[in-house]
Amino acid sequence: MIPTPMLATLEVASGSLAGSLSSYLVISGILFLLGLATILTRRNVLYVLMGTELILNAANINFVAFSRFGDYGMDGQMMTLVVIMLAAAEAAVALAIVLRIFHDFGTIDITRTDSLRN
Amino acid sequence: MEGFLNSTAHLWLGLGLFVVPFIAAVILIFFGRKLPRGGDWIAQAAIVTCAAAAVFQFIAVITHHGDPHWSWSSAEHGLSWHWITLGGADFTVGIFWDNLSVIMAAMVTVVASCIFFFSAGYMHGDRDYPRFFAYLSYFCFAMLGLVVVDNLLFLFIFWELVGVGSYLLIGFYYDQPDPPLASMKAFLVNRIGDVLFLLGLILAYQLFGTLNYHDLFETLASGNFPPASERAFASLSNHSILTLSGILIFCGAISKSAQVPLHTWLPDAMAGPTPVSALIHAATMVAAGVFMVGRMYPYFTPEALQFIAGIGAITALVGATMGLVMWDIKKVLAYSTMSQLGYMMLGLGVGGYIAGLFHLITHAFFKACLFLGSGSVIHAVHSQDMRDMGGLRKKMPVTYWTFLIATLALCGVPAFAGYYSKDQIIANAMAWWTLDLASARFVPILFGAVGAFMTTFYMFRLIFLTFFGQPGDQKRYDHAHESPALMAVPLIILAGFGLLGGGTNNPLPETDTLWFNSVVAHPESAAAAGLHLDVHHEAEHMAHALHSVHYWAIGVSLLSIIAGFVLARRMYLTKATDPAEVSAKFGPMHKIISNKYYFDDAYNQGVVENLKRWTRVCSWWDRTVVDGIVNGMGLLTRFLAFLSGLFDAYVIDGAVNFWRWLVRFLSGCTRLWQSGNATNYLTWTVLGVLALVAALARGN
Repeated sequence: MIPTPMLATLEVASGSLAGSLSSYLVISGILFLLGLATILTRRNVLYVLMGTELILNAANINFVAFSRFGDYGMDGQMMTLVVIMLAAAEAAVALAIVLRIFHDFGTIDITRTDSLRN
Repeated sequence: MEGFLNSTAHLWLGLGLFVVPFIAAVILIFFGRKLPRGGDWIAQAAIVTCAAAAVFQFIAVITHHGDPHWSWSSAEHGLSWHWITLGGADFTVGIFWDNLSVIMAAMVTVVASCIFFFSAGYMHGDRDYPRFFAYLSYFCFAMLGLVVVDNLLFLFIFWELVGVGSYLLIGFYYDQPDPPLASMKAFLVNRIGDVLFLLGLILAYQLFGTLNYHDLFETLASGNFPPASERAFASLSNHSILTLSGILIFCGAISKSAQVPLHTWLPDAMAGPTPVSALIHAATMVAAGVFMVGRMYPYFTPEALQFIAGIGAITALVGATMGLVMWDIKKVLAYSTMSQLGYMMLGLGVGGYIAGLFHLITHAFFKACLFLGSGSVIHAVHSQDMRDMGGLRKKMPVTYWTFLIATLALCGVPAFAGYYSKDQIIANAMAWWTLDLASARFVPILFGAVGAFMTTFYMFRLIFLTFFGQPGDQKRYDHAHESPALMAVPLIILAGFGLLGGGTNNPLPETDTLWFNSVVAHPESAAAAGLHLDVHHEAEHMAHALHSVHYWAIGVSLLSIIAGFVLARRMYLTKATDPAEVSAKFGPMHKIISNKYYFDDAYNQGVVENLKRWTRVCSWWDRTVVDGIVNGMGLLTRFLAFLSGLFDAYVIDGAVNFWRWLVRFLSGCTRLWQSGNATNYLTWTVLGVLALVAALARGN
């Protein structure tokens, strides 16, 4: 749902290199920023976790892009698979932590889980 | 006799005599209460063993041997014990036997045996029965040690130990008001004499470098005096310093043998149990002073002997006068003892060495008998006041007869033991007077004769008041009964000695053939030999005069006795003369004597009160000045500590707290970063990364 003027800007940025490395990097950058924004603005832990997933996928896109346009063989693709697997494991652990947080604090609002303050 | 009484036997007899009662005393002190019959049989067995040994020694040495100059000293046989080395001075101690110590040991043990058995009856049922026998045994240990040691230093040590025994036994009834005070008084009064005695010993040691009797007399006789610059009192001549030393040594006997002016403890000492009075304050300990003077006899210069004779004569008279007016039966006997001790000193002082010591031995037996007899009476009527007694003759025949025999012996009635010794004293005093007819040497005869008259008077006064006449207290009289055999038999034995102690009953004996005269030799005066005084002439004169005054002495004694008896009979038996009238006639004199010559008051006012005043001054000094200094130091310390505390609280703690505060402040600042909010951390992380990227970008 990117607004049209913005897409135009992207077109300009990518120039003639549409379908080239830059466009992938732009996409992954946008995705990263969206993930970061989610993490920094959301108070619900579940949204924060989703933001993390976005950032991880932004990284994945970078891996695949550099693998496709670079001279690195299949390394990037392999790394992406590892990251996806790690993300799955991380989600399982993180959700378990969220359950513990809810159990201990009665909430999953990260601004209120501040018992380590000061 | 030398065969079975060899050196080892003499040594072991001497050691055993005082070690055995000591062991008995130790056993009784620790286990007395657990033993059957309070362990009295241990004490009795110990003293009877000693008595058997001493009598055996007596028979072996005196009866069989019979040599008046016999002596045995462990020093001669290399059997002395090395006690202590102080600086360059070696002190050894050993056993010394001569006829005098053998006789003393036999007398002490035999009298003590009688008294130990009497005590078993007298003290029966007492709460502290075992302790009593422990103390008695301890006393015998000290007394026998005093008799058998061979030097003045150990004589002094045992001298003090008998003093402790006396102290313990006078204060035996510690829960009553008087005995503890009396024991303290006895101890303190004796201290005065003992300190002077010790000074005399120190002077003797400085002069001759030894305290062993034999060595001392030998050095003295050789005239080997140290140069005046090397001894104390350099301005005094050898003669004067020897006299001074002798008089100081005699001062020990003044307190121990209750001579004027240190006699005041003896009547008070009657607060102890009566067997104690008999053993310690009549027969043995008080006689130790006389024994010591006898032991040291060769040491005394003629001047010292005159001093001794003077003190003895005064004591003989003063003691007798106080005996006249007492109502307490034991007090009469106490003053009688004092008076008789004065006789002994008088005898020794006038050169009657044998007479004085003979009287010591005979007196021990009959005075012990008199005290035990008074104990028997007190036991029967439960009172010591003669006005509560009377008419007891029929109720207590054994006590009465033994008491009468002992009284006759004490008065010196011919054929009784006291006669042979007392007459010799009077005879010696007379012979001494004949040396210089115009001098004060008449005083001992006068005092002696008047004293003998008074002795008879107060003793028969005692007998008439106690055993004759009407009962003073009917209730007590009805209750009275003769003492059991345990108490009666010792009385009979002691009375037997009073009857036969002279060794003969011939009223006109040849003086030199009396048993004591034939076994004890008059010692040569070492002082005269050392100072090159010519005393042979005097001695010959004395010996000659003794023969001529002998019958005069008997005559004077008899007159005194008869006069005393007649007067006592008139006043207390037939009541022809009212005693109150007589005392009224003597008005002020009677008052002085009744108040015991104000000795006690003088000592209380002059010494005790002044001492108390002085102690109050000392106490004030202590409380204000010494305590003030101490408290001042305390305050100063407190003040300094306060300052130090301030420094600590504000400077040291301030520095510490400053750092604490600083760290806290700084950490407070940094702590603000730690919001605990994950979002914040992430924000900072992102900013940090951006800053890093920016920096890297700029670097490129």
